[in-house]
Amino acid sequence: MSKEIIEIKDVTFRYPDVEKETPLVLNGVTLAIDQGSFVAVLGHNGSGKSTLAKHMNAIYLPEGGTVYVDGISTAEEERLLDIRRTVGMVFQNPDNQIVANVVEEDVAFAPENLGVPSEEIRERVDRTLELVGMSKYAKHAPHLLSGGQKQRIAIAGVIAMEPRCIVLDEPTAMLDPIGREDVLRTITKLNREQGITVVLITHHMDEAALADRLVVMDHGKVIQDGPPREVFQHVEELTRRGLTVPETVGLLHQLRENGVNVPLDALSVEECAEAIYAALR
Amino acid sequence: MLKDITLGQFFPGDTIVHRLDPRTKILMVIIYIVALFQAKWFVTYGILLVFLAIAVRFSKVGAKALMRGMKPVLFILIFTGVLNLFYNTAGTILWHWGIFTVTTGGIRVAFFMVIRIMMLISGTFLLTYTTSPILLTDGIECLLGPLKKLRVPVHELAMMMSIALRFIPTLIEETDKIMSAQKARGADFDSGNLIDKAKALIPLLVPLFVSAFRRADELATAMECRCYHGGEGRTRLRQLVYTGKDWITLISGLALLAVVCVLAYGFGL
Repeated sequence: MSKEIIEIKDVTFRYPDVEKETPLVLNGVTLAIDQGSFVAVLGHNGSGKSTLAKHMNAIYLPEGGTVYVDGISTAEEERLLDIRRTVGMVFQNPDNQIVANVVEEDVAFAPENLGVPSEEIRERVDRTLELVGMSKYAKHAPHLLSGGQKQRIAIAGVIAMEPRCIVLDEPTAMLDPIGREDVLRTITKLNREQGITVVLITHHMDEAALADRLVVMDHGKVIQDGPPREVFQHVEELTRRGLTVPETVGLLHQLRENGVNVPLDALSVEECAEAIYAALR
Repeated sequence: MLKDITLGQFFPGDTIVHRLDPRTKILMVIIYIVALFQAKWFVTYGILLVFLAIAVRFSKVGAKALMRGMKPVLFILIFTGVLNLFYNTAGTILWHWGIFTVTTGGIRVAFFMVIRIMMLISGTFLLTYTTSPILLTDGIECLLGPLKKLRVPVHELAMMMSIALRFIPTLIEETDKIMSAQKARGADFDSGNLIDKAKALIPLLVPLFVSAFRRADELATAMECRCYHGGEGRTRLRQLVYTGKDWITLISGLALLAVVCVLAYGFGL
């Protein structure tokens, strides 16, 4: 078993077009995602981050280069199910991912497809609903739940497949702040407690700050890659590319510009306060 | 305003009727309908009515809920009744005016026809009231199973049906939203004649269709991501199991049909 769950090698991609005149959406992306890590992919609209996500479980196949999932090239059509059960995918709109009209039936959908025996499906459904904190809604109709709850059901539906990695494509974009908080907590828990590799596609800086590793994309290329603390040091470059930095980093950066000697790598409000306090003393 | 649309309404419960296998219930409804069309006179109708009453009693649905279901078909009931009343000219003439003639035969046919339709609707409503849509589709898929050999895409049809049921509330909500959005821009859905009203629906239907297609596309991708690859090798969370009570119900249903047929054809009752 390789240490990297997903390996993307020099991938280029453009949306299907006969003349091949449309610009490349992905322009030579190379990225390896380690088993058990929590990676955030950051970029503004049109940076190719969602397209990259869809390469991670063979929804799109690269035009050039190769994507390996657990050592299997996504171009191998006969291994498609193996790829998809290794890397699960959660999308932006929870409404369009829920198949059944009872919560537990929906969570059971993926294991049903995989031909898991009934008793084990029951077990998996109960365990997964517990994991996302939705056990008491097992018999509810999904359309009566809130956005955040629906998205957690969608996550449960993917986790029930027992994937080793989940890719979430802007899972909080349509949610209210409370729903967002719940979903992010669930994702972090899955990564820390279950050891599931998480790839979080987002354009929220504070969400990106939760990850162990931050990949910033622009114009189909990876422009920054490293721990969030390091990446956010490049305040000028990120701002030039139309991205903001977390408010804490922004504040420290401004202080620094004005001659106060503070470090830039404080992500939480507490850390930021500490840093300012230390500088003022 | 659109929220109160009910389609195949289901009353959750845990009665013996709710717990019966959906296949049994579907077959029972078919047997009941066949028997209903064999019934001729008070005796046979009476037997079926007793059977229906027992089923309703056990299901705890309540006669009131069944009667509410009758409201949308009230027009059809009256129409059928009146038509049969004048159309049938057998028996002695009781009343005559112009082209209208009421005979004893007409009254009899009209009366039984209305009773038949009411009993038919009550019976089928009892099925949808006591069976969740999922179980219903499961049951239909299972009963149509043998057709798979004739290359009828049974699993796909059942899947489409359950997805359609799943998206009804979502699309209703969406319709509500689009309606409000269009009203905010000055669209008028309520005034004018029928043609004006139909035309006013265009700005509602176009966005609704576009969004439905977009949803379908996203749903298809999400389903594929969850390893959906048709009915082949698929297992179920809830396996349908035939138990003793299902066999007993089914056998008594067939007995009922036999009794009704014998009474109707043998004795004209």
